[in-house]
Amino acid sequence: MIWPTKDVLDLESLDSDVLLEVLHDVERFDQPIAPQEGLGRTVALLYFETSTRTRVSFERAARRIGAEIMVVDVQATSLAKGETLRDTLQAFASLGIDVAVIRHPASGTLSRVASSVPLSLVNAGDGLHEHPTQGLLDLYTLRRRFGRLEGLKVAIIGDVAHSRVARSNIHGLTKLGAQVTAVGPATLLPSGLGQWGIRTTTNLEEVLSDMDVLYVLRIQKERLQKALLPSFGDYAKGYQITPERLGRTKGTCVVMHPGPMNRGVEIADEVADGPRSLIWEQVKNGVPVRMAILAALLNRKEKVSDALPEIKWPDILKR
Amino acid sequence: MSLLIKGGRVIDPANQRDVVADVLVEDGRIVQFGTNLSRAGVTVWNAEGQWVVPGLIDVHVHLREPGQTIKETIQTGTKAAARGGFTSVMTMPNTDPVIDSPAIVELIRYKSQDQSVVRVYVAASVTKGGAGETLSDAYAIKLAGASALSDDPFTVMDSEVMRRGMEYAKTFDLPITTHCEDKRMVVDGVMHEGEVSTRLGLKGLPSVAEDIITSRNILLAEATGCRLHLAHLSTAGAVEMVRAAKRRGVAVTAEVTPHHLTLTHQAVEGYRASAKMNPPLRTERDLKAVLQGLQDGTIDCIATDHAPHTHAEKEEGTLGEAPFGIIGLETSVGVIMTALVHQGVLTPHRMVEAMSTAPAKIFGFPGGHLSMGASADITVIDPERVWTVESRSFASKGRNTPYEGAAMKGKAVMTMVGGKVVYEG
Repeated sequence: MIWPTKDVLDLESLDSDVLLEVLHDVERFDQPIAPQEGLGRTVALLYFETSTRTRVSFERAARRIGAEIMVVDVQATSLAKGETLRDTLQAFASLGIDVAVIRHPASGTLSRVASSVPLSLVNAGDGLHEHPTQGLLDLYTLRRRFGRLEGLKVAIIGDVAHSRVARSNIHGLTKLGAQVTAVGPATLLPSGLGQWGIRTTTNLEEVLSDMDVLYVLRIQKERLQKALLPSFGDYAKGYQITPERLGRTKGTCVVMHPGPMNRGVEIADEVADGPRSLIWEQVKNGVPVRMAILAALLNRKEKVSDALPEIKWPDILKR
Repeated sequence: MSLLIKGGRVIDPANQRDVVADVLVEDGRIVQFGTNLSRAGVTVWNAEGQWVVPGLIDVHVHLREPGQTIKETIQTGTKAAARGGFTSVMTMPNTDPVIDSPAIVELIRYKSQDQSVVRVYVAASVTKGGAGETLSDAYAIKLAGASALSDDPFTVMDSEVMRRGMEYAKTFDLPITTHCEDKRMVVDGVMHEGEVSTRLGLKGLPSVAEDIITSRNILLAEATGCRLHLAHLSTAGAVEMVRAAKRRGVAVTAEVTPHHLTLTHQAVEGYRASAKMNPPLRTERDLKAVLQGLQDGTIDCIATDHAPHTHAEKEEGTLGEAPFGIIGLETSVGVIMTALVHQGVLTPHRMVEAMSTAPAKIFGFPGGHLSMGASADITVIDPERVWTVESRSFASKGRNTPYEGAAMKGKAVMTMVGGKVVYEG
């Protein structure tokens, strides 16, 4: 697959056929593949916010397609000296880096620089805005489980207001015909969701029996400090996915979580580790999804520099 | 200091005049009206097809002196004012240091005398340092030449302090112009809280935060009798409250910016810092409400809230790091003419009222009319002049405008202050 635009910034701007194409393309990467070498392309990871699974996932993905990978410690860079992100990325481009995977605490940071730097940017999470590869791996996971996304009833539960994962998933799921319901206390449901064609409710109990998917979001400590929630305990009373609540869903209903989990807050241990949980599959699927994304970007005809050799795909990945 | 402005459409609401006429300015004063005027030795300005109006007055600008001259100076800001057709501006106190003492008021007044080409009035801070805790020396500030007090943009959050600030201002007959925003409700907000902020993943500034303080300030003005002027109204709720307050006879006036009359929160799409200001651009419904308010007089005047910043500040960091504010002096007439007057949504009469007659009256400035014998503060507008907004050609140091590249129809082509032509274009 060849990615249609220079960057992967969000799911909001993707056509549903591009979404379907990439989900289909993931399948050929979803097989045991040893780390490769010699692709002739370089991916840099630039993380301004902590991350375990996304970073490791992208590293593994890059190695498995044979790209050279560079993990850049932001503290040690000139960014800490005040260099602008644009200048840093321009420097990367001049150094022959083809793709920069970036996680940043401010929404829209990549959108603001993407058009003025020549290398491809992958959004690994920008503030509250989007986390497109997470959205894609969630869609892929659901498609594998249910065989389809159309008509699936998905409840996204928790701090929707501050969740970039929720936003990406809402865009991806609605584009592919799923029905999304956002659930949480009013303090954590953002304005305007009704205009996106999704339902919102503060009543978790009344949606349980109807759902195919309970997508659980993490509750963060900051919400306690800003008068959005009185305590984890009070939140858990109303919204924790307990075995009892799970028991009131359909037998085929699954539980997902983007991680990291606050066990005992938004999700009970038995649910997280139980048979209906797809959580570890989500993590696993992150690698083939990110391989597909990196490959699709690197397949674009424009090279960052003409001095680079032609891209050499490992046999195992050739179509 | 003498000029014969011939054949223009003279729009002067203060004198109930809207007629094609000649205006003769001699020795800095308006000395004659009529048709077929002539005077030997006096230069003629052919104003055929143009509008001749009392000099425009912008009661909300940030000239950034003292202390922030990297963004703008009295010299560059007032040149921008002249280019925009303004003969008077009132500058806000959020400088460095804050304008909270007679010394700083005097500094600006003296500096303006030779650095400014237009009249500069000063709004000093209600509280010392703009901190909202202790009152500034309002009387000394008035004697030093300030025209008003203001808390822009640092709302006085303590209602007791605001009440006493109003009572004290009333004592010396100083109006107070307020920035209404409950600071505790808007932490980290960068744009209007609504569907667009949700979609972009940005923290919002909710309308209710503006409405709460608008309501409070109106009630305090009612209770104290202080003359209250509400800066940059942006919500439908605020317009309603002003309407009701005026009906009750409260001494409240209000202003609105050209951008709140023409843009909504959609303008922030793409995370554009050039559309980031406070109060933020809001919804279509709010836009319609402030427009209606301006049309029916609930909102008295148009003021730009001209807020220049450096390019680096607005564009080099994240949207959250970018300071609030856009420039407005050199786009105001173009925007109002293009989007409102030419669309038949605002009459030329109302435009002149809002941009000259009313602001002069509210703050007691000379001007706002073209009466006989008055000092000749005159703006000539070419309503048909087509031009494109190119901020790099502006006199202002600021380039931060959401109208960059926009096609405009209508422009000030001559600005005269006290009979002296300070801009011709």
